[in-house]
Amino acid sequence: MFNLNKKDLSLLIIVAVLTLFAPFILNPFPAGSAMAQFNAGYPDLMQRFVIFGIFAIGFNILFGLTGYLSFGHAAFLGVGSYAAVWMFKLLSMNVIPAILLAVIVSGLFSLLIGFVSLRRSGIYFSILTLAFAQMMFALAYSVLTPITGGETGLQLALNDPRILGVSQTAEGNIPVPGLFGLEMRDSADLVIGGWVFTFNVGYYFCALVLLASFYLSIRIFRSPFGMMLRAVKSNQQRMNYTGLNTRPYTLAAFVISGMYAGLAGGLMASMDPLAGAERMQWTASGEVVLMTILGGAGTLIGPVLGAGFIKYFENIFSKINDNVLHSWFSFLPDGLEDAVVFIIHPFIGKGWHLTLGILFMLVVIFLPGGLVEGGQRIRGWLKNRKTKDNGSASHETNPAE
Amino acid sequence: MSILEVKNVGKRFGGLQALSEVNLSVKENSVHAIIGPNGAGKSTLLNCLVGKLIPDTGSVMFDGQSVLGRAPYEINQMGISRVFQTPEIFGDLTVLENMMIPCFAKRDGAFELNALSAVLSQKDILEKAEHMLEEMNMADKRHMHAAAMSRGDKRRLEIGMCLSQEPRLLLLDEPTAGMARADTNNTIDLLKQISDERDITIAIIEHDMHVVFSLANRITVLAQGTPLVEDDPQNIRGNPKVREAYLGESA
Repeated sequence: MFNLNKKDLSLLIIVAVLTLFAPFILNPFPAGSAMAQFNAGYPDLMQRFVIFGIFAIGFNILFGLTGYLSFGHAAFLGVGSYAAVWMFKLLSMNVIPAILLAVIVSGLFSLLIGFVSLRRSGIYFSILTLAFAQMMFALAYSVLTPITGGETGLQLALNDPRILGVSQTAEGNIPVPGLFGLEMRDSADLVIGGWVFTFNVGYYFCALVLLASFYLSIRIFRSPFGMMLRAVKSNQQRMNYTGLNTRPYTLAAFVISGMYAGLAGGLMASMDPLAGAERMQWTASGEVVLMTILGGAGTLIGPVLGAGFIKYFENIFSKINDNVLHSWFSFLPDGLEDAVVFIIHPFIGKGWHLTLGILFMLVVIFLPGGLVEGGQRIRGWLKNRKTKDNGSASHETNPAE
Repeated sequence: MSILEVKNVGKRFGGLQALSEVNLSVKENSVHAIIGPNGAGKSTLLNCLVGKLIPDTGSVMFDGQSVLGRAPYEINQMGISRVFQTPEIFGDLTVLENMMIPCFAKRDGAFELNALSAVLSQKDILEKAEHMLEEMNMADKRHMHAAAMSRGDKRRLEIGMCLSQEPRLLLLDEPTAGMARADTNNTIDLLKQISDERDITIAIIEHDMHVVFSLANRITVLAQGTPLVEDDPQNIRGNPKVREAYLGESA
């Protein structure tokens, strides 16, 4: 089915089930319970999981396959956001043209930047992409204020033309992004016992886009083009002496991943119609690198896992504060309670970066293949235990994806 | 009929005249060896043939067309394949994938954005690659990572990859350097078989005289960047100039 082999198809189905049932899966604790703060099943965060998943899937096509480490991909995400917001301002509040323009514009930008940066490889390529991204950030932040809104960011206004839509609603408000009448912010709640599950239009729209993006990335990975990209990573010398021009291959990979970033940026603007320069900053570019490596660069599902992992930490761990800790450890004697809270304090709240940094180091040192390798090891270990129980030795090995 | 014509080629690196007035003519379907002591300019000459270096003077014509100023991949597409001194293969890919890539390059040219069809649906490429693996006696290793193979197998794979492009000229840069005797003999047999069975010209740079005299039917001796003699193997053996170049004047 879908022109995929059995293994890839089951992977796609797993991702489909996970994303479509995310409002249930991410809300395991009843609302109002002590553990409810670990629930991640609210629309805003779920949208972010999926959007950054798309961003990381695209980044992985460049970094995972060709090995070219770009430190400027957030620039394409930012460009996509600006393009989408301009579409909302000028054309209509329908998200389809906005996202299309976001993808096209970021594709053009990545063509230009890729053309220049790909003249070098290794660290020089990374530095060139970083320089371009910082230039674009600086331009967006100050010089191009009329186009980008500068420090305050680009926002919708009541007097925007919106040729195919309305400048303001009947109530005199700014209209909201939608898809042929379906508003992105619309949600329906399902209450079962103590649990509240929220189904949001915007989230499901993003989820479908994620599934399409993921499917496309599987096809690219399994295509002759994908094989050529892996060959570029493995040995460029042999590529050149096998009659293959590596430049257009790497450029195509760069543009494709730039367009994925633009798609993510367009979706971000569609969920919340504003765009700011901080989305293009180098820390944002670094984040997608972390996501991809943490999840497992060069694997299909890794970047999605990495994106989910980091966004969960960013939003959930950062919300834990000292009061919460005191309530958790209130069963301990007073002095001991204070000591425990004192020790944990640097790792929570604003210190979540520290926790993430430590986890990242542990993963890179002990699981160079990322979370995906962790999963494979656990599976291999379980399998070994099973075969030992059965008293038969199996020498089957699972090649890494 | 000569397939490769090198005329008056010179190359200077700073103060070092690496090549000067090199003239060389490789006949079609021959095995032509280029030998010479260390520093004679063998590798520089080879690099001038494949587009890695551009000579300062002279011309290099392959099958009536100049190769100068063309990128390595363009020269390869003209029909010149190169085997490196240390095997250059795609270590992270499987042996079968290694063999498929030159088949794609032969069929689709230097670039083809074939991003949506599955590799496994390219039956013609798969068939050709499998066939080539069988011919190289490595069909049983098809799913192995290429980097995990022995040096001799890597060499075999590299030669197979070059052959699957159906080149007209195969260039080999010391193909047996650092090999054990048994591997060297296997490589000699393989190259002999290739030159007997295929419509192909082989140019080989070599240090090992055993290899040279078992394979070549024409030999050029290079010394200090310029050709000393070009002759048949039996005449090269006894040539006093060659001895002098290799062993010094005292011999």
